[in-house]
Amino acid sequence: MTAFPASAPVLRRCGEAAWLLDLGDNGLVHRWATAVRKADLKGVSEVVPGLSTLLVTLDPDVTDLATLHAALAALEPGPETASEDERHVIEVRYDGEDLHAVADLTGLAVDEVVAAHTGTPWRVAFCGFAPGFSYLVGGDPRLRVARRDESRVRVPAGAVAIAGEFSSIYPRVSPGGWQLLGHTDAVLWNPAADPPALLRPGAVVEFRDVTG
Amino acid sequence: MTRLTVESVGVQALLEDHGRSGLAHLGVGRSGAADRASYDLANRLVGNRPGAACIEVTLGRLAFTVDATVSVAVTGAPVAIRCGNRAYAVNASFPARAGDTVTLGTPAAGLRTYVAVRGGIVGQEVLGSVSWDTMAQLGTPPLRPGDVLQVSHAKTDWPAADVAPVAAIGTGLLDLPLLLGPRDDWFTDEALDRLANDEFTVTPDSNRVGIRLDGPVLPRHRSGELASEGVVLGALQVPTRGRPTLFLADRPVTGGYPVIGVVPQSGVNRAAQAVPGTRIRFRPRRR
Repeated sequence: MTAFPASAPVLRRCGEAAWLLDLGDNGLVHRWATAVRKADLKGVSEVVPGLSTLLVTLDPDVTDLATLHAALAALEPGPETASEDERHVIEVRYDGEDLHAVADLTGLAVDEVVAAHTGTPWRVAFCGFAPGFSYLVGGDPRLRVARRDESRVRVPAGAVAIAGEFSSIYPRVSPGGWQLLGHTDAVLWNPAADPPALLRPGAVVEFRDVTG
Repeated sequence: MTRLTVESVGVQALLEDHGRSGLAHLGVGRSGAADRASYDLANRLVGNRPGAACIEVTLGRLAFTVDATVSVAVTGAPVAIRCGNRAYAVNASFPARAGDTVTLGTPAAGLRTYVAVRGGIVGQEVLGSVSWDTMAQLGTPPLRPGDVLQVSHAKTDWPAADVAPVAAIGTGLLDLPLLLGPRDDWFTDEALDRLANDEFTVTPDSNRVGIRLDGPVLPRHRSGELASEGVVLGALQVPTRGRPTLFLADRPVTGGYPVIGVVPQSGVNRAAQAVPGTRIRFRPRRR
C-alpha cells in the first residue's frame, strides 16, 4: 500500500474503473481536480468534482485501479489559487415567479433577497442534473430555502434559482423544483462551443442586478 | 451513397455508439450503447471500426429499407429477421439487397437488439458522439418512420468470421457481480446480508438511465444526506425511501444518495437486457 502524505484523502473504490477521493471540503476538491488534470495521468478518462469528493475514472484498456491508485498517491494538491480562478459576472433581472415566496420564507424584503443573492461571490461546486447545470455554493446563508413543494414541468432557460445551500441557472428548458428568483440572457450551454458549459467546477460567479 | 429509410421503429429505436467521454464534470454523461458487448459484436460482424453508430432497438419491431446492397448484422436480444422474402439468424452478417426491407420481430428474450450496417450510420454528432442520451436529451433524436439515414465509411477490412458464438440471453435468475463501495459503510450488516442473499426484481420503471428494483429494504446505520458525488456506470444507488436503482448508460453524472456497490461492465451489459419481472441476485464482494 502506498503511503499518502499527511493531508491524504480517503480513496474509496467505485467498481472496477474508478476511485472516489473523499476530501471533505469543496475547496480541496477543486485543488485536487486541478492537480489530477495537470498531472495528465495515463488512462484517466473523467475527473468529476462532487460537493466534497472527486471521482477519477479510468479507461480499462489503458490502465488499472492499482496503477491509478499509486499515481494519485504520488500527487499533492497545489495551494489555494484564488487569483487563477475563472470569474463570471451574470446579469440578472430579478423578476422570478418565486421571488416573493422566497422573501416570505426567509423573512427578508424582496430587495434584501436580491441584495443577499448579489452580495457574495458564489462558486461552482459541481455540475449535474442536466448538461451545464452548475451547483453554486458560498452564498448568503440567509437565502437557504427548501425546494418548492411541487416541481415545475417547464422552467425556462436562463432561470436563476436557489434551493438548499445552492444557487443555479437553468441552462436549458427543463423540469425543475428550485425557487426562481429571476432570469439572465447569458448563454449557459452551447454544445457547439468548446467548452460547451459557461460555468465549470471551481469557477467564481457573481450576480449583478439589472432589473432596472 | 447507400441510404436506409426507416419504415417503423417499434417502442424505441436510437442511434448509439461508444458515447461521450471527458465531459462528466460539465454534466454530460457517457451515454452510448446500453449493452456494449452486443453493440461491439454487431460492428465486428460487418467489419466496422469499433465505435461506428448502430441502431439500438427496444423490444424489436424495427423495419427499414436499403437502396443499395449492404451487409447487415443483428445482435443482442434475439429476434426473427426478415430481409426481402428471406429469413436470417442473429449474430451473423447477411446481405440486404437494393430495395429490400429488413424487418425485426419481437425478442424471445432480452430487451435491446443492435443493428449494424457495414460502414456505420451517419447521425447528428454532438460533443463527439451521435448517441441519443435520453436523460441529457443530446445527440441524434430518436428515429421516426420516414427518417432517411446515410451509411458512413467507418469500415475496416472484412471480418474473418461472419458468425459469432454468443451466450444466450436467459429469462431466468440473473446473477450480477457487485463490487461493494464506495458507500457500503452507510448500510447495516443486515442490509449487506439481504443484498447478498435476497432476490431483487426489475420493475417496469426502468429505462436507459437505470433499472429500478423491487426487493428487500436495505437499512442504513447512519442518517442524513449524502453530499452529491460522482456516479459511475453500474452504480447501485439506494435512496432514503424508495427502491434501489442500478444505473445504465444514460445515468446522471452526480447523485445525492449512497451507492452501496457497483456492477462491472460485463454485468451492466447483461442487466441492460433484463426485461421487467426479471429476478436479479447480486454477488457482492470486497475486491
